[in-house]
Amino acid sequence: MLLAQAAQAAQGGFSTPHLDYHALAPEIVLSVVLAAVLLADLVLDETKKWVIPSIAGFGLLATFVPIITLALYGSDVRSMVGGAYVVDNFALVLKALFIGVGYVVLLMSNTYVEEGDYYEGEYYFLLLASIMGMVVMASSRDLITIFVALETLSIPAYILAGWRKRDLKSNEASLKYYLLGVLASAVMLYGMSLIYGYTGTTILADIGAQLQGDAAHNPLVTFAILFVIVGFAFKVSAVPFHAWAPDTYEGAPTPVTAFLSVASKTGGFVALFQLVFIGFLGRDDVWAPLFGVLAVLTMTVGNLIALRQTNVIRLLAYSSIAQAGYILVPLAVAGTSPDAAHSALTASIVYLLVYAAMNLGAFAVVLAVARKTRSGEISSFGGLFEYAPGLAVLMTIFLFSLAGIPPLAGAWAKIFMFRAVLDAGTGWAVALGVAAAVNSVIALFYYANIARQMWMSPVPDGDRTPITVPTPLVTALGITVILVVVVGVYPQLFAHFGDLASLVK
Amino acid sequence: MLLTAAIFLPVIGALLLGVIPKAQEKALKTAALLITLATAAVGVVITLGFDFGHSGRLQFTANEKWIEVINSRYHIGIDGISLPLLLLSMVITVLCVVYSWDHFPEPHNPKAFLILMLLLETGMNGTFGAQDLILFFVFFELVLLPMYFMIGVWGGPNRQYAAIKFFLFTLFGSALMILGFLALYFKGGRTFDITELMVSGPLIARSTQILIFGGLFMGFAIKVPMFPFHTWLPDAHTEAPTVGSVILAAVLLKLGVYGFIRIAIPILPDAAKAWAPWIGGLAVIGIIYGALGCLAQRDMKRLIAFSSVAHMGFVMLGVATLTSFGINAAVFGMVGHGLITGMLFFIAGSIQERFGTREIARLGGLLTQAPHLGWILGFCAFASLGLPGLAGFWGEFPAILAAYQPADGLNVALFRAYMAIAAIGTVFAAGYLLWMFQRVAFGTAKEEFAHSHIHDVHGPEWIAWTPLLVGILAFGIFPHLIFDVTDSAVNVIAAGVGGVAQAAAVVAHP
Repeated sequence: MLLAQAAQAAQGGFSTPHLDYHALAPEIVLSVVLAAVLLADLVLDETKKWVIPSIAGFGLLATFVPIITLALYGSDVRSMVGGAYVVDNFALVLKALFIGVGYVVLLMSNTYVEEGDYYEGEYYFLLLASIMGMVVMASSRDLITIFVALETLSIPAYILAGWRKRDLKSNEASLKYYLLGVLASAVMLYGMSLIYGYTGTTILADIGAQLQGDAAHNPLVTFAILFVIVGFAFKVSAVPFHAWAPDTYEGAPTPVTAFLSVASKTGGFVALFQLVFIGFLGRDDVWAPLFGVLAVLTMTVGNLIALRQTNVIRLLAYSSIAQAGYILVPLAVAGTSPDAAHSALTASIVYLLVYAAMNLGAFAVVLAVARKTRSGEISSFGGLFEYAPGLAVLMTIFLFSLAGIPPLAGAWAKIFMFRAVLDAGTGWAVALGVAAAVNSVIALFYYANIARQMWMSPVPDGDRTPITVPTPLVTALGITVILVVVVGVYPQLFAHFGDLASLVK
Repeated sequence: MLLTAAIFLPVIGALLLGVIPKAQEKALKTAALLITLATAAVGVVITLGFDFGHSGRLQFTANEKWIEVINSRYHIGIDGISLPLLLLSMVITVLCVVYSWDHFPEPHNPKAFLILMLLLETGMNGTFGAQDLILFFVFFELVLLPMYFMIGVWGGPNRQYAAIKFFLFTLFGSALMILGFLALYFKGGRTFDITELMVSGPLIARSTQILIFGGLFMGFAIKVPMFPFHTWLPDAHTEAPTVGSVILAAVLLKLGVYGFIRIAIPILPDAAKAWAPWIGGLAVIGIIYGALGCLAQRDMKRLIAFSSVAHMGFVMLGVATLTSFGINAAVFGMVGHGLITGMLFFIAGSIQERFGTREIARLGGLLTQAPHLGWILGFCAFASLGLPGLAGFWGEFPAILAAYQPADGLNVALFRAYMAIAAIGTVFAAGYLLWMFQRVAFGTAKEEFAHSHIHDVHGPEWIAWTPLLVGILAFGIFPHLIFDVTDSAVNVIAAGVGGVAQAAAVVAHP
């Protein structure tokens, strides 16, 4: 569409596209905050830099306001620039998720960045820039917009991964992430160009209309879809495209790891949902088996390797790979019927919402504990219950939520995933469900292993001084644990959003 | 409202305990006792208000919106099958709090221990009250975490292994069970309501029913546990602290059987008939295997654990007949086993505390050193082996008898063979229990304990044990106290699988 506009402009027929400023308000507010953070960093004296995280934090909260007003008063769908940029329930729910995740990561970063001897201002600028990309991503219904959003969210993340620039591991993290990220972008872009070549449009809805029916069973389209999905498989670290994730997660500063494992991954999934459910819905013969294979591999390999980890961050890295596998499961069965597609999208979105809360919570506890132990080893959690019972209980809640034990939120994520599988109802869907069920049992073993250390093992160095947790981190823990428990008891809260945010009518 | 209170009072209590400082042990114990007593009082009020004339009908129901997206509702209610089990769960929890009073196992920490116990109670009460599959699933799973920590933190030397084994086995079963529940939802008219599914479930094609039953079977059979899924049980029981073993034996094992009776059989009657011969077969293998296992044990707790496998075999044999007679026996068997085996684990715990060991070969002469304890052990051993006049008899004997005439469509010859094997199992039961009693209680104390001073039964033990002992005797003499409550509810279930007439047939010409 943008290309079409460019062509129009060349012919002198350009007209300014209609912009719905209410619909764009979240992006506008966020841009203002971004500029404010950058300016503040420029003009403020070194001793006053502590204001910057506050600006960023309040800015993010302010971004919630237009999202809420849009949700309360506004027509259902607001479409702009010929359908390339759409604000609907799907977009709103995910924008809210990204901003919420951004806020919690900000809380987690606050003390960490302050105590590290690196520049504060840029950190928050980059973090917000990446969130900006995600917020745009939730509305992108056009190949080019998706690509721009993806780069906007990725490039700051590459830099953030290397934030501890005097640490070799952090350098390695950044470089690996960057190289594989660029490779993925290239593969995806190639696929996108083929799709544009075949359909002559970049608008997803138009692509979707053209890829219906037998005519679309063109090998060119098949390859194009494969390339695009494989490109995103890197982004969401699906096996076998996951190799960068553990090293990047381990080397990056812990708050950034939390951000990457939740926000960037969700960004990738959001793009995938829009592509698959709007653009490629007619070609489920290509993507359904592909997602099926990716899902089984991702769950199984992620879980099996996680079993052998001794470092808690690496363990959470592999666990987050496995979790991505569970999110891919519904996509594999979405093509069976419109009903199944609706169930599948609901399941995946509920999973992303729940996953964000529980994974961020787990990382927040790791951050808090590492303040005392200065270690990332699982054994450093030994005897945590004896000297920090609060943190131990919180970590237990997050871990068993990740494992999917009721009545915690993670259980509902899995139940909705299973529901999508059985809604499709085919034998192959049920087999996928059984694979996911077996995997969730394997996963319990390593999650319970951390719980075992905390509750049943002695303190490794005998140091039982209590841990003081800084206020921002307490807030982050509070937000995440409340969500995990409340949604665990009353899952309708998130299920409702998942149901609303459907791209499939 | 009353039933909701019975389910959620304990968890509210757990939150309350959470804010009492760890050091105030007296306050913590008193609070826990008051909460469990209050819950039991709600149970008494429910029993008084229960319409025994219509025990086949759901009572004290509540049906509120819960998860609209998947049409799952907060639907609770109890009938004659749930009521005895609900009361059992409430009573056992109170008694466990009383028993723990001065007996908190290492590493002590009464606060965490009592909180876990209260969470367990919510899970147990909720499972017996749930009338919606998803709600049932949540409560069914809620017991996992507290029990995991109870075994893993307060258990014996091999506790970490036992705890994770218990957790993994059960979770494996429930993962397949939830798939079965969701399949029921899609095949049974998009509802999780058990009452509605009892109407729509039987209409599902037989082959599909058999598959779904398979998923449910894995969930319930592991929890029971049935042979060959029982291997977690001896480890969990042996390593668990006394109170953990008691709750595990008395209530948690019943959740699986209850699932069969409440969900699997009435909703999937055709599949139940197809599966019944296999369930019956595994049940009698369990009876014999459990008994032989007992004969090979040197640890008292491990012996009682294996005896549980055998007893649950009788219960499952009763269920497998699919007759009203057999299922009545199964429900009675569950209550009886809960009282008797719970009591046996209490005694094993008290012996461990006094002697520092549970090894049967090292014990002896309990009757001379602690006569009350010795006689209580004897009483429970006799009850456990199924002596007529005590509660154990009414679970075991009718279950065997029911196998004589299983529900229509089941292979009569096969079930009669099961009956014969189960009958042999009772002889083994007498063997291992008397053998254990003899070696622990008779004779004189072994040299190492000959001069140590052994306390006889003390205050908290008397308080905790008397209700159980009275119950064992009372239900043994007046079995209709339970049969009258369960019968019409069981008839509703058995009618769906054509197993009602058999009760009369068995009584007419056994």
